[in-house]
Amino acid sequence: MSFVDFSWLIGGPQGSGVESGANVFSKVCAELGYQIFGKREFHSNIKGEHSYFTVRVSNRLIHSNVNDVTLMISFDAETIFRHYDEILSGGGIIYDSDLEKITTDSVRTLGNYFKERLHNELESKNKPFTIAGVLEVAKEKGVSLYPVSFKEILANLAEETENPRLKGMVRMYNVIGVSLSLGLIKMPANSLLHSIDSIFSKKPQIAEINKQAANYSYKYATTNFGDFSFTLPGVEKQPNTILVQGHQGTSIGKIVSGCRFQSYYPITPASDESVFLESNEILEIKGDRPGSTAVIQTEDEISAIGMMIGSALTGTRSSTSTSGPGFALMAEAIGWAGMNEVPIVLTVYQRSGPSTGLPTRHGQDDLLFAVTGSFGDFPKIVYASGDIEESFYDTGKCFNFADVYQVPVIHMMDKFLSSSVVTCKRFDPQKITINRGKLLDKIEGEYKRFAFTEDGISPRSRLGMDNGVFWNTGDESDEFGHITEDPQMRIKMMDKRMSRLDLILKQVPKEEQVVSHGIHDFTIISWGSTKGPILDALQILKEEGIDIGFIQIKLLHPFPRESVKSMLEKVKTVIDIEANHSGQLGKIFQQNVTREIDYFILKYSGRGMTCTEIYDSLKKIIENKANKREVLEHGS
Amino acid sequence: MALKLADFKTTVHNDWCPGCGDFGIVNALQMALAEMGIERDKATIFSGIGCSGKTSHFINTYGIHTLHGRVLTFAQGGKLANPEMTVVAVGGDGDGLGIGAGHFVAAGRRNIDMTYIIFDNGVYGLTKGQASPTLKLGEKTKSLPSPNTNYNVNPIGLAVASGFTFVARAYSYDVRHLKDLIVKAVQHKGLSFLDVLQPCPTYNDINTRDWYAGEDLAKEAAERHSRIYKLEDTHFDPVVHYADEKELDEKLAQALIKSLEWGNKIPTGIFYKNELISPFATRLKDKIPNYLENPPSKQNISKDGIPITDVSKILDSLKV
Repeated sequence: MSFVDFSWLIGGPQGSGVESGANVFSKVCAELGYQIFGKREFHSNIKGEHSYFTVRVSNRLIHSNVNDVTLMISFDAETIFRHYDEILSGGGIIYDSDLEKITTDSVRTLGNYFKERLHNELESKNKPFTIAGVLEVAKEKGVSLYPVSFKEILANLAEETENPRLKGMVRMYNVIGVSLSLGLIKMPANSLLHSIDSIFSKKPQIAEINKQAANYSYKYATTNFGDFSFTLPGVEKQPNTILVQGHQGTSIGKIVSGCRFQSYYPITPASDESVFLESNEILEIKGDRPGSTAVIQTEDEISAIGMMIGSALTGTRSSTSTSGPGFALMAEAIGWAGMNEVPIVLTVYQRSGPSTGLPTRHGQDDLLFAVTGSFGDFPKIVYASGDIEESFYDTGKCFNFADVYQVPVIHMMDKFLSSSVVTCKRFDPQKITINRGKLLDKIEGEYKRFAFTEDGISPRSRLGMDNGVFWNTGDESDEFGHITEDPQMRIKMMDKRMSRLDLILKQVPKEEQVVSHGIHDFTIISWGSTKGPILDALQILKEEGIDIGFIQIKLLHPFPRESVKSMLEKVKTVIDIEANHSGQLGKIFQQNVTREIDYFILKYSGRGMTCTEIYDSLKKIIENKANKREVLEHGS
Repeated sequence: MALKLADFKTTVHNDWCPGCGDFGIVNALQMALAEMGIERDKATIFSGIGCSGKTSHFINTYGIHTLHGRVLTFAQGGKLANPEMTVVAVGGDGDGLGIGAGHFVAAGRRNIDMTYIIFDNGVYGLTKGQASPTLKLGEKTKSLPSPNTNYNVNPIGLAVASGFTFVARAYSYDVRHLKDLIVKAVQHKGLSFLDVLQPCPTYNDINTRDWYAGEDLAKEAAERHSRIYKLEDTHFDPVVHYADEKELDEKLAQALIKSLEWGNKIPTGIFYKNELISPFATRLKDKIPNYLENPPSKQNISKDGIPITDVSKILDSLKV
């Protein structure tokens, strides 16, 4: 079967059910065996501002979204104003026909900057500043329009089901929209009903009303809309597939890895992880009594890291999850943990900085801060996951790194990952191992917490353990952990702690440090969530006969300079791709590998990269038409 | 075998100034641990930063010398993960009521079963005597260029208002009374707070040992030989006896009013005690029934390096 690549967009005011609509659509497609890549964009707002969700559907493995939208469903005017120009020729727009006369000025949430750009565009095309105006532009481009009165649908539905309450239920617009879409592309109706049942399994009455609305709207589309150039034929279902939300990789990873204490302060986009852990706080343990995770909401991020360190000192695998502003508040205590060789894992879901920045938007701006943040020299590990599936297994690795090397580990995630919904292979907990390093179960005789050893790592006691008394201090200390300012002891202790950076590079398997996705004359270096759109862009180029290499750097500190250097030895052109302004990985790379980056592909609009824009930029580079800095702009 | 005071001493050189009020607190803490028979490996002293921060190095139990203002956060994390352990947090008034004031308030709301002792001397000693949160407005201690421009924090009042369920004050030169209060604080079921008045002989030339002894009030204080008096010698009953809102309100109000008393007469002893408010562990137990028997630090997480947590139900719910 040929490559099916279908992109669906649903938009509406925040709080109007855009996300649950997208969940139903994603679930239906995934249940039918399709691969899904869903992506949510939203404002820092509770109700009213524009939010939208794109769901890309394919019959082969996909890792990103694309610029073009095949079908858009909108039940408000703003969605149409903002996205009408993203629909590809031959695509379609299902919209509420009652909106046609709405003017740009009457939609207050559009914002002046966007409105000005839109007016210029419409003026140049000689169209009125109304919904009808933008739809005309779309129609001239070859987009099919499917007007439908949502009000009428509700009224007819109320009559048909003899349930007058339905008449005013605008909350049903999302399910109606999803069902109209599925009817238009002729997806089987029974999987729609099945998905509604499973999503509303705890609220059977709501499920029932939704199913009635779904049935009615689905039939409405098949009888009234006529043909659409895109249909989604049946595909073979891949066994062992799950549909996961962005934070579920790290949260389920933490549960499996034995993290039993998580302290956190609410922050977007990190809190979902902690809420998930608390919702699943009681754990089933094979062959043992139930376990549990203590999830503690603290008064601030300083307290979150302090509590996590206190807990880690008792031998408990402990963690927190945060984003830029909270991460900054933790900086001092990360140094304390480094000084006292306490294993902790910080999961950092980056967003756009600096300061509050774009609090609900994507960015990879915190790499340099993760690497250098906190004063003084101390060892730590910075490790980045490329996608949700990877983040599950990486979480296991991060806890092992922390225990084995007795260092703080910073696990870099981001908003692109956290607000994605994807299909992937069911996580395999058996592939996670647990290595507690030199954590002791029993102590006899004199004990020195920071005893000098051959590899620089000392056997570790835990608070409350028999005969294991030790001291910690943020001051420089001796082997017992008591304060010292002796210059010779200072040198020995600094050397002891810092020596493990080399040890990490020596002992961590090379393929866990840097992943090569092929090396060619043109080779990309990148880190974190750019992996998905890069892989998808490279696949398209490959099909066109163009090979571009890609090395994904996962271990960012200590930097695997020798591996990276040797991998790039024969490479002619190095391209750095990152979602920040200054090319932060590029800076670390240049420092370590003493080689120039030839091209940067950067994005800092706060929106994630699409595979389309990476493909376009790479094409320009190959054709020698690119600037040294290519800045990406797609996304509303 | 009965534990002795000597069992809780370390050989670490104590570099506090001669005559420092902190010595009395360390001695009292060691005496209290010995008296309660708490094995040295079953207790952890967490400390903040400053002169008082060094306390954990002078006591022969687990000792965690943390960050400025953050001692309560570390201590609460340790206690939550290992609830069997006796936890005492110590720090200065600048540490706990200045930079750490937010944690002080939040700790009160949680009511975790542990003890917090503030070494209260009105100055930042280790940075050469700047005004700290408990110094009164307009007072000018020795090294201040001009009189203090900030109003003082009321540690007892703040603790009562924040939800601490045991609130007391002691004087570091009355070591026996201090020791008794530490024992009561540690044995209290919930979060206990002890404000210890502790003259800094180097930088606080106002609230000196002689001042507390009332030497300037010789005639007036002749009967007491001190500004300091003990609440237990009066008819003051700090205990909330019944789960009754009226009594609770009265006891809170009484403690707040008493906390304002200062000057020629300074009360010490227990201001407020309420064991009817649930400790945090009980609140956790309501959600996690075996939390106390199987707390985070005691849980098995692997067998031969393989995880033993079964997440198949979670994964099944994500299946498509």
